[in-house]
Amino acid sequence: MNLLRALAGWVMLRLLARFSRGSGRLPEDRPRIVAPQPPHPRAEGLAVGLLLLAAVSGVLFVVLYALEASTQLLGLALAGALLAIGVALVVLAKRVLPTEQLAEPFPEPDPEQADEVAQIVRESGDGLTRKKLLLAAGGAAGCALGAAAVAPALSLGPLLDTDPLYKTPWRRGVRLVDAHNEPVRADDIEPAAFYTAFPEGASKELLGAPLVVVRLAAADLRLPRERVGWAPGGILAFSKICTHAGCAVALYRSPLYDPTEPDPALVCPCHYSTFNPATGGEVIFGPAGRPLPQLPLMIGRDGVLRSAGDFSGPVGPSWSGVRSRRPT
Amino acid sequence: MTHRDGLADPVRFVEDRTGAAPLLRKGLRYLFPDHWSFLLGEVALYCFVVLIATGIYLALFFEPSTADTVYHGAYAPLRGTHMSEAYKSAVDLSFGVKSGLLLRQTHHWAADLFVAAIVVHLLRVFFTGAFRRPRELTYVIGVLMLIVALLEGYLGYSLVDDLLSGMGLAIGYGVAESIPLIGGNFAQLIWGAPYPGTGAFESRMYIAHVLLFPGLLAVLIGGHLALIASRHHTQFKADRRASEGTLVGVPAFPGQAGRSVGLLFVVAAVLVALGGLIQINPIWQWGPYELALGTNGAQPDWYLGWLIGALRLMPGFDVTIGSFTLIPGPFWGGILFPGIVFVVLLAFPWLERRVTGDRRRHNVLQRPREAPGRTAFGAAFAVWVFLIFVAGSADRMTVFLGLPYVSQVWFYRVLVWVLPVVLFFVVRRWCTALLRAEAIEALQHEAEEEAVISRPAGAASQVR
Repeated sequence: MNLLRALAGWVMLRLLARFSRGSGRLPEDRPRIVAPQPPHPRAEGLAVGLLLLAAVSGVLFVVLYALEASTQLLGLALAGALLAIGVALVVLAKRVLPTEQLAEPFPEPDPEQADEVAQIVRESGDGLTRKKLLLAAGGAAGCALGAAAVAPALSLGPLLDTDPLYKTPWRRGVRLVDAHNEPVRADDIEPAAFYTAFPEGASKELLGAPLVVVRLAAADLRLPRERVGWAPGGILAFSKICTHAGCAVALYRSPLYDPTEPDPALVCPCHYSTFNPATGGEVIFGPAGRPLPQLPLMIGRDGVLRSAGDFSGPVGPSWSGVRSRRPT
Repeated sequence: MTHRDGLADPVRFVEDRTGAAPLLRKGLRYLFPDHWSFLLGEVALYCFVVLIATGIYLALFFEPSTADTVYHGAYAPLRGTHMSEAYKSAVDLSFGVKSGLLLRQTHHWAADLFVAAIVVHLLRVFFTGAFRRPRELTYVIGVLMLIVALLEGYLGYSLVDDLLSGMGLAIGYGVAESIPLIGGNFAQLIWGAPYPGTGAFESRMYIAHVLLFPGLLAVLIGGHLALIASRHHTQFKADRRASEGTLVGVPAFPGQAGRSVGLLFVVAAVLVALGGLIQINPIWQWGPYELALGTNGAQPDWYLGWLIGALRLMPGFDVTIGSFTLIPGPFWGGILFPGIVFVVLLAFPWLERRVTGDRRRHNVLQRPREAPGRTAFGAAFAVWVFLIFVAGSADRMTVFLGLPYVSQVWFYRVLVWVLPVVLFFVVRRWCTALLRAEAIEALQHEAEEEAVISRPAGAASQVR
């Protein structure tokens, strides 16, 4: 403790000596380096005032923090302290400290040194008789080690295997449930409304899981011939994942009052890919390159909607080779 | 030593032990040419400083985990909602941690301003020809920093795992999958499984956001500054002494240091004020992300708008040979478009050299009019990107102004190609006209001067 006290006393004395003496001076016989600057007491005073303001503002921030004040007040206090310091520094630099416009030559390149570097490297290799072979062997070693270093990164995910991309949880007979796992009954599906459904008993966080379900008048359907019977009672189900970039197709354009043209459409809010449910999810506008995959439906004896098979095409955004297979 | 000197003694101590005095001596009198536009890069640098400072604080509270949990925190509308630990910790940071929201919002504002400052700085460098020999590498590093900054910002808002994060990541996944031939595997490698990927994906984003990309940025910033210091800053011909061989500027100390550090504090003040007063990315409003959810009002940060616009404008077009899809559609707007923009930017110093044949070293900047071809190309290129950016907000124009979305998209699909071409010729013409007017003025001035000088002695007061 005594040592600490002595140390603190010494520091205080040094500081006091500094202030009373003014700044320590170098011998006077040297020529000046920095241009002389006439005093600017008003600017100096302004800087002192700003720094004191910063101190007040900083303390205010601590107090406001302790009082659990609002984000706005905290922001203003901290910004005030920072701004006051910033302005004080600029005032000091522009008015109180000398600002000289000096001139000096731009640095020039040194081709001599560059050539010497090349020379050193070249001459160092004088004793080599099989430079190309050596380089080739070194290259082979480098590439192999590089491959060995990169190889563990392949554990990050499945390699050369796009099978997982074709997997969906839908099988014939799987019931449709809503977000609260309640079965979706065919009678509950109203026209001009839009429902989200999932496979019963499967994770909702699989790309192939979520569906959009809509009901159109059976007479308006223009499904491809092989999909006749996929929409019992005019109820259609599609993958909810846009085939463009994987967002949820969360918009249903089905105007309830005039003008009711154009036809109902499923729209993705990310890039406005627009799909026609009546024709089996065909793209009618926007950047999607594939139709929205349709899921064949049937109505069970309990009146609940069930899958009658798997999607008409792969779910989610496209990849090279996406059209080669059907989902499984 | 005859007497003690409070200033010289410590410096001598340092010099004695490190030999740093010559370097310090040179550094203190290193010259900075003076022009307001030279501060743009510093603004970006200081945004980065604020990002690191606030980011470290956020990392002390954020939990990068997608494990499921139920929210019971301070924000009533979300109570009882299932969400990830990541989202919960971000919401808790906003409502439960004193000054947490201030620093989170300051961090977000700093990211937005960081990219903005880089872009404006890039425009300044481009249109004044500052990228010319011997500063091509400085410029290339700068463009690389812009690329890393975009990725870094994207990861930042993706980490939170709110609805906006999920929609952005879905698009990122779709774009990654669209890489020809390898996309399907590449996306699974990054995400660990088909979207939304494994839980480890959150850790991957986190380490990239808090270590890999900031570290890369720091290294690039170091290289950028070292190259500037080595070749010195370019200058305008503002002073009579300034020339290709002679640099005129304010010494680092005391002239520049105070202003620059002052700017650091002012930038920090502006960011903290924005973070305190203006709400940004209200994550609690979006709610947690679920695969089956999407919202119409979610907008990404501004610096991704050009990619959204490109993805929206591109008509649905997959390159398919027989039944084999080679190039899926998102490739065009998500990879080819930014790829073209960055390759053109990176290669521009060498492209311009090919056209002009100018291989000389340049230390004096040009005014845009002095390089009509470059200025015209730059204006056309910038407007091309900008229009695609604006097209990304067409849906908002539909909501706010009632303009039909489909018509807007077709309008932009045409305008994006027509306006830059027109602009190229207009700007080139304009530049040459300005130059000609200046030349004529100079000639007139000279003629007047000659007239003055040729008069009898005593009247020759007007000298150049």
